[in-house]
Amino acid sequence: MNVAIVKYNAGNICSVDYALRRLGVQVNVTADTEELRRADKIIFPGVGEAVNTMSYLRRTGLDTVIKSLKQPVLGICLGMQLLCNHSEEGNVDCLGIFDVEVKKFTPSCRKEKVPHMGWNTISHTNSPLFNGFDKDEFVYFVHSYYVPLCAYTIAETDYILPYSSALHKDNFYATQFHPEKSGSVGEQILKNFLNI
Amino acid sequence: MLAKRIIPCLDIKDGQTVKGTNFIHLRQAGDPVELGRIYSEQGADELVFLDITASHEERKTFTDLVKRVAENISIPFTVGGGINELSDVNRLLEAGADKVSINSSAIRHPHLIDEIAFHFGSQVCVVAIDARQTEAGWKCYLNGGRIETDKDLFSWATECNDRGAGEILFTSMNHDGVKNGYANDALAILSETLTIPVIASGGAGKPEHFRDTFEKGNADAALAASVFHFGEIKIPELKQYLCGCNINIRL
Repeated sequence: MNVAIVKYNAGNICSVDYALRRLGVQVNVTADTEELRRADKIIFPGVGEAVNTMSYLRRTGLDTVIKSLKQPVLGICLGMQLLCNHSEEGNVDCLGIFDVEVKKFTPSCRKEKVPHMGWNTISHTNSPLFNGFDKDEFVYFVHSYYVPLCAYTIAETDYILPYSSALHKDNFYATQFHPEKSGSVGEQILKNFLNI
Repeated sequence: MLAKRIIPCLDIKDGQTVKGTNFIHLRQAGDPVELGRIYSEQGADELVFLDITASHEERKTFTDLVKRVAENISIPFTVGGGINELSDVNRLLEAGADKVSINSSAIRHPHLIDEIAFHFGSQVCVVAIDARQTEAGWKCYLNGGRIETDKDLFSWATECNDRGAGEILFTSMNHDGVKNGYANDALAILSETLTIPVIASGGAGKPEHFRDTFEKGNADAALAASVFHFGEIKIPELKQYLCGCNINIRL
């Protein structure tokens, strides 16, 4: 299997690369349109800030390439948020695969710290991405913006409010959490994605 | 609900794990990558690697170690020691670290916190504070506890918070190495005052100490070293115990 990671100015590319290599998968980290189109599976990682990242994707033409992909694509963290319509982070238009708005967490008390950082559970999972789990598993999150529950929600997490911790539409899958940093549960989710 | 985190800390000197008692005597405790991998498999929620020598020549060894950790371990990890400028942060993040911890350099150049937060995001910036309770209150220390400053723990922690730190790692020098529990009174004040997570450090000796720092100190995470390295406390048993105390823990 030929797995490509979209190469751009994201912070966690090497972590995702290492996680896939631990699964014994051949990984190609690339920004080349043809190489991306030829890959069997594509991972769109992301750690960073929405406005700069979107302008980078537009400048390099990667925005059009990502939108046109037909094989299974997995967006991670900021990668998931950029696949949505619009983000409150810098008030920027995103790629528009998922017709939903990315919102900023509004804490209602001091206990509700932002960013949401650490291990939290995913529940109401409803996708082959979560095959093999019979309870609400813990995964690792780091984010200040969230996607509300919507028609594409395939997992939800409760922090400040219940929100979408994973999305799915057609060939596009996405997780708000970091499977590459979520221990054995994260490894299983990555394996499940590779088996889609 | 967000889980309370258990964090083994590995002090690194010459590529090996060491741990001091009251910051002075150092004992050997194994290969960092192997230890980190074992902790990850046992259920540690995060790891901290501190380069306690951080001399110029040894930086490269440590960066290579960070890369090997990232290649082998599937949980988040923080690295600290000898981070003085943005290029140090960039080098360690590129090697695969998730967060960096700054201590003396933050006290000397507080603006470094703002710069790290601006360039890499607050979540990357852990500010470690070594403090000792004196007759004049809690005072912050520099250089691994060797130099006293006139900075007060609580006002400095608040300043770090306001400058954009993502977490505070507070080590009580009175409690460190003594294995008689964490500084829960000070931790409770920090947790109440700050809007970012607080990691308790210094004093773990028994599972009850972890329970107390979560319940009385309201810590978001508890860090320990020697009790884990020498097997006095095993992480799976500790986590079962904390679950039994109705503390939200990742099993």
